[in-house]
Amino acid sequence: MPAPAIETENLTKEYPFGFLHLMKRTSLEGLNMQVETGEVFGFIGPNGAGKSTAIKLLMRLIFPTAGSARILGKPISDVEMHRDIGYLPEQPYFYDYLTATEVLDYFARFHDLAAADRKDRIERMLKKVGLETARKIQLRKYSKGMLQRVGLAQAILHDPKVVILDEPMSGLDPVGRREVRDIILQLKKDGKTVMFSTHILSDAEMLCDRVGVIVGGKLRGVGAPGTLVDMKTLGMEILFELTGASNAPLVAKATRTGDRYRLQVAEEELYAAIEQLRGAGARILSVSQVKATLEEFFMNLVEADRAQGAAVEVSEQ
Amino acid sequence: MRRAGVVALNTFREAVRDRVLYNLVFFALLMIAASVAVGQISIGIEQTVIVSLGLSAISVIGLLISVFLGVALVSKEMDKRTLYALLAKPVRRWEFLLGKFGGLVLTLTVNTAAMALGLLLVMLYVKHGLGGSDTVVLVGVYFILLKLALVVALALLFSCFTTPLLAILFTVGLYIVGLYVQELRNLPVQVMSPAMSAFTKWLSYLLPNFENFNVMAMAAHGRAVPGALVLQNTLYTLVYCTIVLTAAAAVFSRRNLK
Ligand SMILES: Nc1ncnc2c1ncn2[C@@H]1O[C@H](COP(=O)(O)OP(=O)(O)OP(=O)(O)O)[C@@H](O)[C@H]1O
Ligand SMILES: [Mg+2]
Repeated sequence: MPAPAIETENLTKEYPFGFLHLMKRTSLEGLNMQVETGEVFGFIGPNGAGKSTAIKLLMRLIFPTAGSARILGKPISDVEMHRDIGYLPEQPYFYDYLTATEVLDYFARFHDLAAADRKDRIERMLKKVGLETARKIQLRKYSKGMLQRVGLAQAILHDPKVVILDEPMSGLDPVGRREVRDIILQLKKDGKTVMFSTHILSDAEMLCDRVGVIVGGKLRGVGAPGTLVDMKTLGMEILFELTGASNAPLVAKATRTGDRYRLQVAEEELYAAIEQLRGAGARILSVSQVKATLEEFFMNLVEADRAQGAAVEVSEQ
Repeated sequence: MRRAGVVALNTFREAVRDRVLYNLVFFALLMIAASVAVGQISIGIEQTVIVSLGLSAISVIGLLISVFLGVALVSKEMDKRTLYALLAKPVRRWEFLLGKFGGLVLTLTVNTAAMALGLLLVMLYVKHGLGGSDTVVLVGVYFILLKLALVVALALLFSCFTTPLLAILFTVGLYIVGLYVQELRNLPVQVMSPAMSAFTKWLSYLLPNFENFNVMAMAAHGRAVPGALVLQNTLYTLVYCTIVLTAAAAVFSRRNLK
């Protein structure tokens, strides 16, 4: 089996803080993960979870407190390996005295591309990210979304084998998001490996072969979006209307929107619940399976983490 | 090395687009005013006045650019996070640093050369001709350039491990100390304990020595600068810059970007 495209081993980053930097905050704790060649891997987690920390470690912009990582089978300290990597930083910013064409040309020069080749690629890239008309404008006059597009262009300009994108959709309009999705799918079709972080779970669900959920600096689960979701027990939802007043306990538990009530019960209690509601004079409109989404899995993890964090805070006092 | 060149050219382009070279207008106005003023005073000392004033202006303007732009070279890229995309490219951190240094030295060379040309034109105007003895002015300009390269290297080093403001203060402080290194070396031994005198001696060799770069007096009077001094200063700058840049690269290569 070939080496994974991206592989981390116990990757850990601590930041010192407080008086004389004596205390340490762990931003990333023992990250072990693999992204296989040709895979689209989503990195999801709430704000401050450690997604960017992990990505910056891979890009050797910051250095790990412990652990190591390999990309394309080579240690990340290998500079030449970076020829085959594309990276989009979070909230990218570029030399504001250059135009889009100039900044792409500048970056392309580090990849030893010949002048004609550079020109040709830049032309195609600008078209791909929708900046053809703005190519001669200095970047200081660019909007946030336009900078994001420049960032995307420089990440894939040199036809890298592994593309790592830190929140590629952020700051983009709906058209832009759609274009980025298409670009990621195209990269996958071309056999590239893509790893991207995002907050937008529907994007992750739609695009990713696998996702990794990271909360509080720890990887909490890795798998295909569908399999992660199965971890949550499914329930049943009953939608009903009342024909008269009722004080049945189940009615009290239901949530009311307008004239309708919505009640969620466990699968095995479904028939008992229906009996009880019929006795209370309810008219049942529908019964449906509650399919847990990635979002719920995500929310559960985040809430558990918050509760744990709160518990720690309480015990510290 | 080639990658450092790419960075250097971009740094030069940035300086040009940020209108750094506009300082030349100020220099030109100053020299025009001086040449008019010299016409009013007695003949015979034009050389002294014009050359002293010209070289001082070239030095001061160059120093201002070296310190402020030298400190900003790396810290601005870290601050604005323009470095993120760049350092993910196949480029080593020391190559980036060397390129930034080279780019500013290139800018200073162009800027200083333009000012030197202006100075020669003014000399030509007030003296109605240039002689062989005037080459000393060019040597003076060359020494200023060497000095500026050293200052840029120091500014770059400080900016790699401290805030821009502190880096500016350190660079200026070290420059001023560097002007008096000879005095430090010649402190009367009697007033110090042996340990103390050994320490100041060490310090005087460690600190950058800017004294040897000042040939204003010779240039103003049209006296020739010995060739040995030219060679010595050139080598000194090369070695000192190499050491300082190596230290800067060592610090910067371990630095976490925020
Ligand atoms: N330079 C730094 N110094 C100290 N702490 C830091 C530094 N950079 C990040 N952190 C901390 O590390 C943690 C993880 O940050 P990180 O940027 O990786 O989060 P993220 O998952 O990318 O969040 P977001 O979704 O908001 O981008 C945060 O708690 C943050 O405060
Ligand atoms: Mg982030």
